[in-house]
Amino acid sequence: MGKPVRPARSAAHLLLVRVAVLVTVALGANYILWRWFFSLNWDAWWIAVALVLAETYSLIDVALFGLTMWRARERELPTAPAADLTVDVFITTYNEPVEMVRRTALAARGIRYPHSTFILDDGNRPEMREAADQLGVGYITRGADWQNRPLHAKAGNLNNALMSTAGEFLLILDADQVPLPQILDHTLGYFADPKIALVQTPQVFENVGAADPLGSQAPLFYGPIQQGKDGWNAAFFCGSNALLRREALMQLGITRYVLEMERAVTRALTGAARVLARAGRADDAQDPFVQAALHEVGAAISDTRAAIAAGETIGPATYTLQNRITAVSRDLVAVDLHLLTLDLAVIAELQLETDAASAIPAHSLELLAARDLSPLGALESVQVLLRSIDVDRADEAQPLMPLATISVTEDMATSMRLHGLGFSTVYHHETLAIGLAPEDLGTMLTQRLRWAQGTMQVMMRENPLVQRGLTLPQRLMYFSTMWSYLSGYAALVYFAAPAVFLCFGILPVNTTALEFFLRFLPFMIANQLLFILSSHGISTWRGQQYSLALFPVWIKATTTAVANVVFHRPLGFAVTPKTRQEGAAPWHLIRPQIIVAIVLVVATIIGVTRLALGVGEPIGTFVNLAWVVFDLVILSVLVPAARYQGFTPKETSR
Amino acid sequence: MQFTVTDQGDGIAVVHIMGRLNMVTAPRLREVVAASVAAGQNRVAVDLSDVDFIDSSGLGALIGGLKVTRQAGGDLRIAAPNEQVRLVLQLTNMERVLTAYPAASSAFHG
Repeated sequence: MGKPVRPARSAAHLLLVRVAVLVTVALGANYILWRWFFSLNWDAWWIAVALVLAETYSLIDVALFGLTMWRARERELPTAPAADLTVDVFITTYNEPVEMVRRTALAARGIRYPHSTFILDDGNRPEMREAADQLGVGYITRGADWQNRPLHAKAGNLNNALMSTAGEFLLILDADQVPLPQILDHTLGYFADPKIALVQTPQVFENVGAADPLGSQAPLFYGPIQQGKDGWNAAFFCGSNALLRREALMQLGITRYVLEMERAVTRALTGAARVLARAGRADDAQDPFVQAALHEVGAAISDTRAAIAAGETIGPATYTLQNRITAVSRDLVAVDLHLLTLDLAVIAELQLETDAASAIPAHSLELLAARDLSPLGALESVQVLLRSIDVDRADEAQPLMPLATISVTEDMATSMRLHGLGFSTVYHHETLAIGLAPEDLGTMLTQRLRWAQGTMQVMMRENPLVQRGLTLPQRLMYFSTMWSYLSGYAALVYFAAPAVFLCFGILPVNTTALEFFLRFLPFMIANQLLFILSSHGISTWRGQQYSLALFPVWIKATTTAVANVVFHRPLGFAVTPKTRQEGAAPWHLIRPQIIVAIVLVVATIIGVTRLALGVGEPIGTFVNLAWVVFDLVILSVLVPAARYQGFTPKETSR
Repeated sequence: MQFTVTDQGDGIAVVHIMGRLNMVTAPRLREVVAASVAAGQNRVAVDLSDVDFIDSSGLGALIGGLKVTRQAGGDLRIAAPNEQVRLVLQLTNMERVLTAYPAASSAFHG
């Protein structure tokens, strides 16, 4: 990396890759079908089924990778952009050191193409404002509207800035990503096509040596994988070093607003009718005034539902409804202060709960319906409910949220929605900004966990496989990334299976060695060949190691994301610190991996002993010993990672 | 680009926009609506008859105005959009939220 866009790969190379894809998938299917139907050891079904499921998982992963590589495209530099485009450069920060942000802002100011630079400071720090003033760049923080409302982390930060700026295009930079002067000149040209909504460029890090102990560089992702996705018009937004078209984002914000308003209003009307029905059955509902009032509100609600069903726009419909309900409560309050005081406590409490839960209206409806309210209280609470989900979207700081807020990683969800609207995206393979990677294991693990959690949230909230507006390959490209984060469970099986054999002599596969290798080896060789061809000389070993070795992170990501999406538990979200966390080697962070390694070593000793005693079966033992060695080599990546003391640049390499 | 605000009495203001309502002029519309609400006119009719182009940022400003007026107990209504504006309202589904009234002066007397 670090070079300009490379000359296009030869057509012959692409053909070779495609042949490798077809051969790999065919051999993989041959192997996995044989595994499922002819070689399962049902006597040890608990490990046999687990293993074949893990293998099936891996084959699907490989097939999706093959699909990604099928149309990998290398783009040529776009034509020079028109001279009169307006561009805003946004540097997002929360708690990074002022010096780091200043360095990025200085470079951003120096970008050649005319633009305005803004620091988006979610930390609201006076010293950051001062730095911005000194540099002569803009400074944006959240306004009063955001108080006591969901902040939505970085997505909220960007959405806030979108409302107070006016550039046609936005360059998004993380606080540590120092842009090169030509970044806009080399990317704006793509936007001559009005369908293009996003241009993503790679993220590379300067504070990483050749050994890259923490696996920070992602040359396979910011390379063949994004190029492959690009071939299917599915290159996605990675949060930084990317340009976005404001009009596309705003259009996304508008369509989402309309969609969510329609849903919220329908849900609120249903919920309000339910609360009202309950109230009508209460004892003091027999009061004639209350009866009349309940009747009027009920009529207003059903009129509104009918009007909306008949095609009335929700703006006027809700306006009329609000006015009718306000009038009713005013009359009632005048008539019966006594009832009101009785209910005040309940209402206050309820209001608190609806406000707190308003991000999830379905949840607050449950609360309301479960309450025992007297009729007046019910009226008030219906009103609270309707107010909270009126077309003004009072539960959010601003009605428009162009960047998706359904996930802690707003980027992927946003580009998926842009694709859904029919926009196109570009992956531009040229290093145009250089950042700082985490320099300690703890920070790196936090970061990976966040990415994985965010991806899982999107998978569960807006599963790409069922999103309208996406082409089938686009669906599969998004799904592919999500699928790869499920690898933690497969890894667990890959660690357990050889240990189970070595300790107990239980083989999950019921076959002869010859039959097994005849089917397994060709697939494995084709698979590795495909990998080598696709990566085109890039070292991918670090990535392969980490995808298995970080299995506890991936598992935690899926469980916490399920708890979050299904049971509304907080993720325990943490902003990735950009500065190194000092201290002794943090072995406690990789305790599960250490335990696995110990189990594998003990299993090796037991396996060798069993073999020496004549209990163990020789071929099976050797195969499983080789497997254990492979597992240990994979896990060994964590040793230098835990002992890593940070990056020290070498004089010679500079 | 020009904004004219007319007080119609009864808490109603008509905002007449001339020219393009886009990302450059949208912030101005938000300011005008906020000022109108602050002055006690929380029912705002936006006259689009002389708007020859609107983009999503322009729509965003209308939604922002809707929020401000609703929170003050009022409303924001739009009137007399031309073909291009009507098309954008359709494409973004905004026509499901905002009704386009024939004339600004009668938007609140329909």
